[in-house]
Amino acid sequence: MTDTEVPFRILPKLNDQNRDFWTGGERGELRFWRCQDCGYYIHPPLPMCPRCHSKHMKTEAVSGRATVATFSVNFQPWMPGPELPYVVGIVEIVEQPAVRLMTNIVNCPIDDVKIGMPVRVVFEHHPDPDGDVYLPLFEPEVGAA
Amino acid sequence: VSMDENAIIERRAAITGVGQSDIGRRLFRDPLELTLDACLAAIDHAGLTVEDIDGLSTYPGGAMAGQPGFSGAGAYEVIDALRLKVGWYGSGIETSGQLGSVINACLAVAAGLATHVLCFRSVWEGTAQGDKGRAGVTMGGGGGSFKASGYTEYTLPFSAPSAAIWIAMFAQRHFHQYGITREQLAWIPLNARRNAELNPKAIYRDPMSFDDYMSVRMITTPFCLYDCDVPCDGATAVIVSRRDRAKDMPNAPLRVEAVGSRLDGRPSWDQFEDLSTMANRAAGKQIWTRTDYTPADVQMAQLYDGFSWITMSWLEALGLCGLGESGSFIEGGANIARDGRLPLNTHGGQLSAGRLHGYGFLHEGATQMWGQAGDRQIATPPEVGVVAAGGGNTCGCLLLVRE
Repeated sequence: MTDTEVPFRILPKLNDQNRDFWTGGERGELRFWRCQDCGYYIHPPLPMCPRCHSKHMKTEAVSGRATVATFSVNFQPWMPGPELPYVVGIVEIVEQPAVRLMTNIVNCPIDDVKIGMPVRVVFEHHPDPDGDVYLPLFEPEVGAA
Repeated sequence: VSMDENAIIERRAAITGVGQSDIGRRLFRDPLELTLDACLAAIDHAGLTVEDIDGLSTYPGGAMAGQPGFSGAGAYEVIDALRLKVGWYGSGIETSGQLGSVINACLAVAAGLATHVLCFRSVWEGTAQGDKGRAGVTMGGGGGSFKASGYTEYTLPFSAPSAAIWIAMFAQRHFHQYGITREQLAWIPLNARRNAELNPKAIYRDPMSFDDYMSVRMITTPFCLYDCDVPCDGATAVIVSRRDRAKDMPNAPLRVEAVGSRLDGRPSWDQFEDLSTMANRAAGKQIWTRTDYTPADVQMAQLYDGFSWITMSWLEALGLCGLGESGSFIEGGANIARDGRLPLNTHGGQLSAGRLHGYGFLHEGATQMWGQAGDRQIATPPEVGVVAAGGGNTCGCLLLVRE
């Protein structure tokens, strides 16, 4: 997707906690905070690991592969943005399915979107004076059944 | 779990009166005026005077006044306007749904901090939205330089600004797991409309057919327009009294037999562990650990329908039908009709009677149990009823028994 095709989006306000998540796409990476003591991925960001309470955390890239947990096809023009209809989904990352992302399922006919479908991340680049943002969207995984 | 009477202290509380303001799609009236109308009506209905009120509880309170139409009045505004002197008061949105404020009132009277607590919920979303529809209140202000933060950081960038979408995704997951269909879901709004036809204060009273439902425009699958409640203006008030002081009041005390307030998952619309259920799974289970009554004893249910599927979710969460069986339970509408085995949302719910946001169900439940529901009255006023409100991570419920 080229910049000229990018639809209007309300972008996230960047800060030190969320910057890697929203900008990792510049390098093609989907990044989450991860506890360096127990290995737990933490999303949304927290000041300590919710599992072992360690504060020893850093962001790490994951594979970008995920599974569609659920979705909804939207016909209502809620706000300026994508062409109707569009798919809002919740995906579970393969490394830790308890980490979910609300996202859009793209590059897929509406009727082909299914719960349980394997997907992979694709980033939508939004140049912005406050710092470019790369929204993690998901498309069907090539070669998947 | 202890069944010790003394451990279930909500049982020391009773509902003793209810009141409601004018209700309308857009009334263009001062929301504080509507709130006070409802409060005075409830106080009068309970046979009390303003001087008798020594506690106050509301949802979501004045701190939410910045969200257009969502909070018609805060606790301090009503305490001041009625010149109340209170032994206990509180408000807030971080509680077990809209009825969390009523549960708090029950605990306050049980603790002896107050004798008669005025509880209210006031909305003016219809007027606040004006001609912009829901978009007027869901975009966080909008505008090119606006940036999303807080929870909206994870929703607005994906063009998912509305709870309609978030809850539709729960419904989709639930339907997928249990083979439930839109043809079954239809019976929540159809049942609501049938009841609203007999409710003079309902917003939408024209008959709705199954074909009307199936042919109206889709909003966010599996929800069509008629699966979404209707924003309105109006206020509802309820009096929670110490049960030992309620015996000689005009309405038979409705004992708060048990409450459900438990939350057992991540309080998030997307990170909740089982997306086929909501926080009501825990609140609905908890209520039956606090009473000898069982779901089979329930003669009436008033279950939140901000979006139609939430009612199905509550039916299952409360054990009023089996897990995954709400579709077949409501299909055809016979079970949930006013003359069915479990009359449901007998005022029309929020889908047809207006989004009074939780308190409308408690108002209707009490009205039915007192036999005061007029043309829509259940033939034999229920002795045992359940009232539930909220969805997603914010859910609470009450089991009421008429004394």
